[in-house]
Amino acid sequence: MKNKKIINEEVVRSVASLARINLQAAEVKQLTKNLEDILHYVAKLEQLDVSRIQPTSHVLPLENVYREDIVKPSLSQQEALSIGPYHTKGHFNVPKVIA
Amino acid sequence: MRPSISIEFEPVIGLEVHLQLNTKTKIFCGCANTFGREPNSHTCPVCLGLPGTLPVLNKKALEYAIKIALALHCEVNPLIKFDRKNYYYPDLPKGYQISQYDLPIAQHGLLVISSGGQAKKIRIRRGHLEEDAGKLIHDDSLGCSLVDYNRTGTPLMEIVTEPDLHSSQEAYDYLHILKLTLQYLDVSDCDMEKGSLRCDANVSLREKGSTTLGTKTELKNMNSFKAVKTALDFEIRRHQEVLQNGERVVQETRLWNETKGTTFSMRSKEEAHDYRYFPEPDLVPFVVDKKMIDAARQTLPEMPDVKLQRLIRDYQIPDYDAGILIQDPALADFFEQCAKANKGIESKKICNWIQGALLQELNARKKSVTTISLTVQNFTDLILKVENGALSNLAGKDVLKYIIDSGKSVDAVIQEKGLAQVSDDQTLDGIVENVIKENEKVVQQVKEGKASAIGFLVGQAMKKTEGKANPKKIGDLFRRRLLNE
Ligand SMILES: [Zn+2]
Repeated sequence: MKNKKIINEEVVRSVASLARINLQAAEVKQLTKNLEDILHYVAKLEQLDVSRIQPTSHVLPLENVYREDIVKPSLSQQEALSIGPYHTKGHFNVPKVIA
Repeated sequence: MRPSISIEFEPVIGLEVHLQLNTKTKIFCGCANTFGREPNSHTCPVCLGLPGTLPVLNKKALEYAIKIALALHCEVNPLIKFDRKNYYYPDLPKGYQISQYDLPIAQHGLLVISSGGQAKKIRIRRGHLEEDAGKLIHDDSLGCSLVDYNRTGTPLMEIVTEPDLHSSQEAYDYLHILKLTLQYLDVSDCDMEKGSLRCDANVSLREKGSTTLGTKTELKNMNSFKAVKTALDFEIRRHQEVLQNGERVVQETRLWNETKGTTFSMRSKEEAHDYRYFPEPDLVPFVVDKKMIDAARQTLPEMPDVKLQRLIRDYQIPDYDAGILIQDPALADFFEQCAKANKGIESKKICNWIQGALLQELNARKKSVTTISLTVQNFTDLILKVENGALSNLAGKDVLKYIIDSGKSVDAVIQEKGLAQVSDDQTLDGIVENVIKENEKVVQQVKEGKASAIGFLVGQAMKKTEGKANPKKIGDLFRRRLLNE
């Protein structure tokens, strides 16, 4: 268990690419080790006997928390745009993406 | 060159419809759910995906989803949850879309289509709730893309069929009946041009008789039902050519280009569809109990297929006429009210007036029967006046225009415009005499046995009276004078 590899460099590179993070080779090495350690730590949970526990998607003993369909004020265009560095005619500018 | 193999192929099509729900607010925040406003004027920290904010489900969106599920004969899951679908794109400020993965609100449904006069069951695989993304504009002159987040967080219901459709026409018919069903539920504008109803199509070809599916392509960017049909036709032909050349279809997403009439590969997003779904920790699960389902069931209107059968049965009108009426529930209601007004007008006559003159006027004004000032009383009065000869058919259509715009009574309009039908023999005879004098050639033809030429003369006489003459009487007068009948 202890020595079984959970993660490898290829997985780290693929996750980084999905998250649009550019990693240097040294960083990939470092992160692989860090993530491996974290996942090993979490893997301790696998030693618990959960056979008599109901699976759940959520930790809180809550369900059906709603909101009524009532309009609340939104931010002004100016306030909204202020969180981005560049804007044009009321739009946020982002690096060009191909349609 | 490879010899072309002649195999008969059968298309296998599945459709994915994204429907914007017309709730007042967005799905997880209180921002107004609107269309066509100033960019980025309807956003808040929740729908902009700012750290530390929490989404809270709009109860109405869930209620609408249950209604849709019931109308599509789906099983409603007793327990649902939301999941994060992770992907990175500028129209998605959080870097993930809140969607439903393994516990969607609706599953195993069914919609009956009528394709080429035959009823066919199309299975609905699932329906789930999710949030819409923002709108991206690509501006070449700026060298960057522009984002408007007003649409972000608009409630969407995704409705996915099983691959049960086998022609572009069936796909078209399915979309038509689905849209009609959704319009009856009044849960969405269902306007493809505005993007409140969007459709992607999966298509593959298989050898006729085979049960194994071929490689599919996914088609996007169709902006009308007709575009879905033509894009599918193009893609089916393309698959066929690829397969007959002994090559393989590449599994990919392709975009429809309306102007060129072709599909082309969308290479940019081909990068692994690795959405890494996981349960949305910011939203608790939802138990959908019998009470909620019953409450939704109570709000279901009469569905189009049921209405169709009832209209045919109750009013004894032809299938075709009932089929036109159910396209617009307000129009069907109007028809029923007119038929119930009990003025002794045949139901079929009312249908004719609705399908002909009324629809023409509505289309010209781009209005619905509920947004014009036409009352059941006025409309039935008008039909009656034409039926018993007080108004010519032509003048009747004229009067309809006036009463639609002014809301005045039929009698008032007839008086005002002097449109009452001229039926007295003396006046008409005078007109007939004049027409005969002015059209010697045609008169000669009639006398020589070309009886059909009388139609022309009647037309001339009608013109002289601005449509007010009784055409039947005019015809009789011509026949009497020219043919001694
Ligand atoms: Zn918001």
